[in-house]
Amino acid sequence: MKLSFRRKAVNAVMLALTGVCTVVAVGLLFFVLGYLFVQGGFSLSWDFFTKLPVPVGEMGGGMANALLGSAKVVLLATCIGVPIGFLAGVYLAEYAGGAYASVIRFVTDLLNGIPSIVIGIFVYTMVVARYGFSTYSGGIALGIMMIPIALRSTEEFLRSVPGALREGAMALGATKSRTIATVVVPAAMRGLISGMMLNLARVSGETAPLLFTAFGNQFWSPGWAQPTATLPAMIYAYAVSPYPDWHRQAWAAGFVLLTMVLFINITARSIVASGSSHKSR
Amino acid sequence: MHEIRPQGRISFVRRVLSGDNMAQTVAFICATLILVITAALVFELWVHSALSREKFGFHFLATSTWDPVAGNFGALPFIYGTVVTSALALLIAVPFGVGAAIFLAELAPPKLSDAMTFLIELLAAVPSVIIGLIGFLVLVPLLSAVVPPIKDLFGDHPPFFFSGPFYGTSILAACLVLSVMIAPYIISVSREVLLAVPKDLREAALALGATRWETTWQVVVPHARRGIMGSVFLALARALGETMAVTMVVGGTPKITGSLLSAGDSMASVIASQLTEAVGNMYISSLIEVGLVLFGISIVLNAAARLMILATGTQETSR
Repeated sequence: MKLSFRRKAVNAVMLALTGVCTVVAVGLLFFVLGYLFVQGGFSLSWDFFTKLPVPVGEMGGGMANALLGSAKVVLLATCIGVPIGFLAGVYLAEYAGGAYASVIRFVTDLLNGIPSIVIGIFVYTMVVARYGFSTYSGGIALGIMMIPIALRSTEEFLRSVPGALREGAMALGATKSRTIATVVVPAAMRGLISGMMLNLARVSGETAPLLFTAFGNQFWSPGWAQPTATLPAMIYAYAVSPYPDWHRQAWAAGFVLLTMVLFINITARSIVASGSSHKSR
Repeated sequence: MHEIRPQGRISFVRRVLSGDNMAQTVAFICATLILVITAALVFELWVHSALSREKFGFHFLATSTWDPVAGNFGALPFIYGTVVTSALALLIAVPFGVGAAIFLAELAPPKLSDAMTFLIELLAAVPSVIIGLIGFLVLVPLLSAVVPPIKDLFGDHPPFFFSGPFYGTSILAACLVLSVMIAPYIISVSREVLLAVPKDLREAALALGATRWETTWQVVVPHARRGIMGSVFLALARALGETMAVTMVVGGTPKITGSLLSAGDSMASVIASQLTEAVGNMYISSLIEVGLVLFGISIVLNAAARLMILATGTQETSR
């Protein structure tokens, strides 16, 4: 009945290896964070948030224009992607059924799987080729990227609302739209908000489609119709440059971007976690 | 004055005014908009790549000249670069990812498992440009220091995959960066799939005297293999479309050398690095055709991945 030595050894070695894999994966995260925080932290200064980039050779300068540019592009993307995705998600969860819903679901997954750079090309040929590089086109590209995730998370969270709530509202005489607006959506609000936040975090780090939509700009970009600098695109441009001073700026920008993305991510996840602990699962 | 309606029926006008039909119509339009956008995307890619499709035909996929000056374009070096970097990234990330998923699903106590999964999912949230930044400014210099001594071990005639000059930015660097980016996906999806395997199976195997590892490897993993394959396909789809991190470390050279150490290029990264500076309709059209090819491949892979994950009967929840 005793286990052979070989089997015990294989057991111990393989199980230990799986542990090592996990530690390496988690270690990578800490390496990325640690390296970026050390490098970025040392490179960061108040000027980074308040000043414009300076020409090569001059020390100092900042990326104030890129911070504002990113904020504008992401704001625009949210205004485009979230309402469309949300309403389409409401349609799928509350109204639609049958073949049409499956088609939309399938196409949404398809749109979600398209590499971001291809969406960039689409906006490039549709918008940029006609109106030139602009904050608009960057916002449209990221907005399209937000739609599928906004839709899927809306649908998922609305579906998790118990049917009894809907029936209760209907029984009180509320119309369907009123039921959705005043009962179903508020019940799912926690999930909806966190879904939108995760979505926002994802697109705010997105770079590829911005290269040929928002393009870039060394100066402020007034209004919405001109090329604008964005934080991710600046990180790319500065990182691959041969100048050590620009590398420092890239580290600082990476630090700011990652802090923001992780902050939104963790907040969103903790919103969901604190919600699900109340519910009996 | 007012017409009296039968009870329980609300007039059409009132329904519209109360927003009920209106709400449904607006929601319907938004849902349909997704179909319209996707159709427009396919249409635009198709139309704007017409010039290059007509001139080069299917040779576009099999020619390795990329000569913007002469106006001759073939996408083979980029297809090669994408395939090689993604395949090797999978080769690194799959054993690691599945190993970690096994640990998290089978061995780790639930609290530890949840905490570690949380961290690993955060790693997936790190923007690709930041992975690229670290890749370019840390990994590439590191490789430049480490690889030449290893290469010297092979003497004057290194194997083909380790031959040629090495400048740091290379196919090898792109593989490593990609594997870091896709591993979190494999881990989090595979873990879900493994957790969905019924407990009875484990108990039965253990009761028969199998060790923990034998139970996992011979019973649990085979049961979940389709879902794991699905996670691998998802990761592959992500690797193929991954742009920034690859662009920054791959070197941007449209060549096929067979060596891991030489610079190369991928489909996504050639578009990222050349589209804004492309001059001439043929050049732009060719780049858009590269995009069209990338689009086609990623759709096929995504569809395959979703079918496989569905077949295991678990829902993908991480996205």
